[in-house]
Amino acid sequence: MNPAFRRFRSVLAANAPARISFWVLAALYLAAIFAPWLAPYAGDDESRACSWAPPSALHVRETDGSWHVPFVRAVSYTFDDDALRVWTEDSTCRFPLRFLHGGHLLGLGEAIASPGQRVSDPVPAGRLYLLGADARGRDLLSRILLGSRVSLTIGVVGVAISTLIALVVGGIAGFAGGWADSVLMRLCEVVMLVPAFYLLMLLRAALPLDWDSRVVYFYIILILSFLGWAGLARILRGMIQSLRQSDFLAASRALGLSPWRILWRHALPQTFGFLSVQATLSIPGYIVAESGLSLLGLGIQDPQTSWGNLLEEAMSIAEIRLHPWTLLPGVFLFAAVLSWNLLGDALRDAFDPRSLS
Amino acid sequence: MSALLSVEDLGVSFATPEGPLRAVDGISFSLERGAVLGLVGESGCGKSATASALCGLLPPGARTTGSAHLLGQELTSLSEPSWRSVRGRRISMVFQDPMSSLNPLLSVGEHLVETLRTHQELSRTAARTAAAEWLRRVGIPDPAARLASFPHELSGGMRQRVMIALALCPGPDLLVADEPTTALDVTIQAQILDLLATLRKELRMTMIFITHDLGVVERVADRIAVMYAGRVAEEGPAAAILSAPRHPYTRGLLDSVPGFRPRTGRLLSIPGAVPSPRDWPSGCRFHPRCAHADRICEETVPAAPGPEGGAACFHPVGAR
Repeated sequence: MNPAFRRFRSVLAANAPARISFWVLAALYLAAIFAPWLAPYAGDDESRACSWAPPSALHVRETDGSWHVPFVRAVSYTFDDDALRVWTEDSTCRFPLRFLHGGHLLGLGEAIASPGQRVSDPVPAGRLYLLGADARGRDLLSRILLGSRVSLTIGVVGVAISTLIALVVGGIAGFAGGWADSVLMRLCEVVMLVPAFYLLMLLRAALPLDWDSRVVYFYIILILSFLGWAGLARILRGMIQSLRQSDFLAASRALGLSPWRILWRHALPQTFGFLSVQATLSIPGYIVAESGLSLLGLGIQDPQTSWGNLLEEAMSIAEIRLHPWTLLPGVFLFAAVLSWNLLGDALRDAFDPRSLS
Repeated sequence: MSALLSVEDLGVSFATPEGPLRAVDGISFSLERGAVLGLVGESGCGKSATASALCGLLPPGARTTGSAHLLGQELTSLSEPSWRSVRGRRISMVFQDPMSSLNPLLSVGEHLVETLRTHQELSRTAARTAAAEWLRRVGIPDPAARLASFPHELSGGMRQRVMIALALCPGPDLLVADEPTTALDVTIQAQILDLLATLRKELRMTMIFITHDLGVVERVADRIAVMYAGRVAEEGPAAAILSAPRHPYTRGLLDSVPGFRPRTGRLLSIPGAVPSPRDWPSGCRFHPRCAHADRICEETVPAAPGPEGGAACFHPVGAR
C-alpha cells in the first residue's frame, strides 16, 4: 500500500477530531454530488404564499388520534397587530411524506382528507420545509444543498489551480536559479503585496454584474487562485533550492537525465507531503472568501445559490430574530471550514518529521 | 594505443566572495581503456572537484581551465545541454553516500527503468527485464522481486550495488567512483570492491576510483595518482607507488596506515595540516610539512609527473 495513504489512515485512527472531520467532509461532499436528488425541491421552486414559512412540523397523529406515516400540513399566515406573521396549520388535510418521490429522495404525497373533513377546493399548497423557507417561499434545505456545490468545490478547485501555479513557478525558480529566480520571486512579492479581499472586490466590481453565475463561479476561482499561489511558490522555491544540494539530484544529473525530468520526477515529488498539508489548510480560506464575496453580492447571485449568498438574508439582527433558520447556511459553512482545518492540522502533524517516533 | 581519457593541466576554481579559489591547480593524467586509476588524497586536496569537473557537475560559478579529452571530445568547454549527452552514456558516476543518492520516493525498478529509457529506445517491459538483469549483475539476490523495493528497504551495501547498476546501465566509457566505499562498513566495503573488480573484467570497464584510503586503492587500481593541495604529487603504477614511494608525502601517507610498511613500533603521522586553498604555500606545496625541504622547495614549483609517472619532488626519497 502507498506509504502516504497508510500514514493518512493511521492519522485518522489516532486523531478523533480528524476522523470526525473526515467523515463530515465526506458526507458534505457526497451531499453536494447528489444535491439535486437529495433536495426536496429545485432551487427556484417558490411559493409566495409560504413566504418565510418556519420549518415544517412533522406529525404522526391525526386529529382523531390515529397514527399515520409522518405528514405535514399546509400552512398559511395572517399578520398580527405588530405586522408579524402568525402561522396557522390547515388541519382539513394531510400531506404524507414520501421517499423516492418524483425524482427526489423526499417528497410530499397527494393531499389526504383528515377524518371527518373534505379536501377544500382549491387544494391548499402543502410544502415540505424541513429547515424553513425564504422570502419567496423557497425551501432552505434545498438551497443549502444546491449551494454546497459552489461553496464546497470552489475551495478544492481554487487550491488545485493555485498549487499548480505555485509548483510551476516555485519549481522553476528554485531549480533554475539565476535571473529566472529573481524575476519570478519579485513577481511573487508583487502579488503578495496586493490586499486580497479589496482586489477581489475591485475586480468583481469592474465586471458586469449580470454575468451568468457559472461564469462568475469560474471567475471567482480564477481570482482566488491568482492571489493564492505566491506565498506557496516562495516556500516551494526554498524547498527545491535546498533539494538541489541533495545527492540523489546530483546522481540523477550524473546519469544524464534531462532537467525537466529531474525537476518533475525527482525534485517536486519530495514536496508533496508538505503540499497536501498546505492545500488542505488553505481550502477553508477559499470557501470563506467565496462566501464573503457572495454575501456582499459580488459573487454568486440569486437565483443561483451558494452558502454565502444564502447568508445575505441573515445580515441584520432583526431578520435573524424573525427567521432564525436563515442562519443555518452558516452552520454548514462553519462545519466545512472547521473540518478542513482540523483535517489539515492532523495531516501536518503526520508529516512533521518531529512527530515521527 | 591512444588514451581513452587524457587530462592536461586541468584546473578548477570556485568563485567566492573573497575571490576565486583554486581547488585544483593544473593536474594531468591519462587513462587507457580498461585501466583503473586510483586518485588518492586527503580531504580538500581537490580530488572530488576533479571528479565533478569530469562529470560536469561543478556548482554554478566554478570555472575549469586546461583540457580533458574523452575519446577526442573536449569536456571542459561543453555547454550544459551537450553535457547531457555525455553524462551516463560516456561518463557515469557513483557517489559516496548510497543512503542519500537514491530518490526515496522511487522504487529501485523505477530508478533503473528511468535511466535505461533515457539512454536507449526501450519499451517499459523490456526496460524492466534489463533492469532485473542489471540487479543480478551487481549481485542482488532475487532481482525481479527487488525491483519493487524502495531505497529505505535496502541496506547500505545493497543501495551502493543499485547505484553501481544505475551508473553502469547506460554503458558508459568511463566510470568515476567518488569514494564509493567510504560510507560503508568494512565487510561491505570488501564486497563492493570485489564487485567492482568483477564488473571491471566482465565489462572491460575504465574507471577513476577516488578515495582517501590506500588500503582500498591497492585492491582496485592499476595506476595511482596521489594528490596534494590541488596538484598531483606522485603518479605511477600502483605496485611501484605502494612499495617504493618517491614523494615524501606519499611516503608519509603510507607510513600513517597500518600494514603497509614494516612495523616500526608506532604509526607515523605527517606533521601539520593540509593548507587552505586560499593560502597555498609557494614552491612545492608540501614543503612546510616536509622533512627534506630546503630553499629550492620553497621557491620553485617542482615539475609535475610526466606521462610515465614520477614524483613532483626535488628530493625524492629512495625505497627503503
